[in-house]
Amino acid sequence: MSKAIITVVGKDTVGIIAKVCTYLAENQINILDISQTIVQGYFNMMMIVDVSKTEKTFGAIGGELEEIGDTLGVKVKCQREEIFTKMHRI
Amino acid sequence: MINILEVNETNNMIEHENLDVRTITLGINLLDCCDTNLDALNEKIYRKITTVAKDLVSTGQAIERDFGIPIVNKRISVTPISLVGTSACKTPEDFVTLAKTLDRAAKEVGVNFIGGYSALVAKGMTKAEENLIRSIPKALAETDRVCSSVNVGSTKTGMNMDAIRLMGEIVKQAAEETKDADSLGCAKLVIFCNAPDDNPFMAGAFHGVTEADAIINVGVSGPGVVKTALESVRGANFEVLCETIKKTAFKITRVGQLVAQEASSRLGIPFGIIDLSLAPTPAVGDSVADILQEIGLERVGAPGTTAALALLNDQVKKGGVMASSYVGGLSGAFIPVSEDQGMIDSVLAGALTIEKLEAMTCVCSVGLDMIAVPGDTSAATISGIIADESAIGMINQKTTAVRIIPVIGKTVGETVEFGGLLGYAPIMPVNTFSCEAFVKREGRIPAPIHSFKN
Repeated sequence: MSKAIITVVGKDTVGIIAKVCTYLAENQINILDISQTIVQGYFNMMMIVDVSKTEKTFGAIGGELEEIGDTLGVKVKCQREEIFTKMHRI
Repeated sequence: MINILEVNETNNMIEHENLDVRTITLGINLLDCCDTNLDALNEKIYRKITTVAKDLVSTGQAIERDFGIPIVNKRISVTPISLVGTSACKTPEDFVTLAKTLDRAAKEVGVNFIGGYSALVAKGMTKAEENLIRSIPKALAETDRVCSSVNVGSTKTGMNMDAIRLMGEIVKQAAEETKDADSLGCAKLVIFCNAPDDNPFMAGAFHGVTEADAIINVGVSGPGVVKTALESVRGANFEVLCETIKKTAFKITRVGQLVAQEASSRLGIPFGIIDLSLAPTPAVGDSVADILQEIGLERVGAPGTTAALALLNDQVKKGGVMASSYVGGLSGAFIPVSEDQGMIDSVLAGALTIEKLEAMTCVCSVGLDMIAVPGDTSAATISGIIADESAIGMINQKTTAVRIIPVIGKTVGETVEFGGLLGYAPIMPVNTFSCEAFVKREGRIPAPIHSFKN
């Protein structure tokens, strides 16, 4: 398994999760965990996903998710999980 | 599993607090390029660097993209050129051709600095080392990306006062040669005592002879992250203060460790060390001075500054060593003047002087760094400043360094603009009483008594 963290931050609007999840499904990216909050009208979501089955490169996925974010007016980032586990787990 | 708060914390550090990996520095051994023919030597150096480092920049960029962490600089350090050029270079001009080759290779592979135009003369100078040192002003004036360093002393060997006297003159010449660019040449020249073999930070990086053929060293940064963390413990006691710095340093260093391991495995080059330094930039919120002020000083330079810096430096190390098994290089807090907006402000406010900076270098990782002084400062005075810093390093068994810029044509009250990461600096006054008779003495200062540990 190769895990990545997708974060979406921005102004709440209809269909953010739907659009991101559709893209992930089309690219054989499995969602392992999902959590979200809304702070002062700002949408804040994090997904843990498994990217081991996708045929696209990690860079391409990151770029395409960013584009989807642009069309929704939110910021989407896709990062490998290790940067978070290394920093927060001993 | 990782939770949303942790993810947000990390991304906040990156997006709002200037967390970045300051440099991936690829150390390359050039001893196998040695040749008695100068043209052949130049050709071999160029070929080796452009072969070993050809994927450095693209790999760094791929890591940035995958982890979402900026890696500000990709750089190269090489074996001290005074050793590599010993057989081929008979004059300072011969050495300048090697500097140009290094510059060309750096541009070809896309790194912004290449370090190692260096000589290690802590005890004595060979003819080749002297020639290299004499070539430094021209080499720095005629290249863009080459950085130079000279080690003039160590705890084990004492201080080479002949080299220190010479370096005073060389610094002045380097300033003269680049006077049209505010004496920028001096910003690329560091004079060390106890220089480490594995330092990834410029301008003092070189690939020591104790190292493997090629090695990846990584320098982390993040003063803004420490500053922000400390904002949440204002007024708390020292235990809480120290704990906060340690935890933050741990987190920063872990990112560096991850990047170093990734770069090492992707490039197929062994990982050397993490340099866990707080390295400021002129950007707002990326300042070591701001941390010291957050600890409780009105301005850097106020009484208490040395103690606050000692505390900061020690806690950064304590947090950092837990995060990586191999730490090295300079490791600690950097206090360059021109590269740190808070330092610049303190100088402009009249709070910070060279003498206070000298005291601060006793307890932090480097020395008098990026300090602009009047252009008419004499070579002997510069040698005196170098000797003072070296003595601090020699006696305290630590690295110290001097990167001082006598800005030709400018004096106290004016500022000098270096641009980019090198920033800008107000010209600081220097004590004008002479040390000429002291500097004129020949020979060396013996190693201190505590160096005899055998």
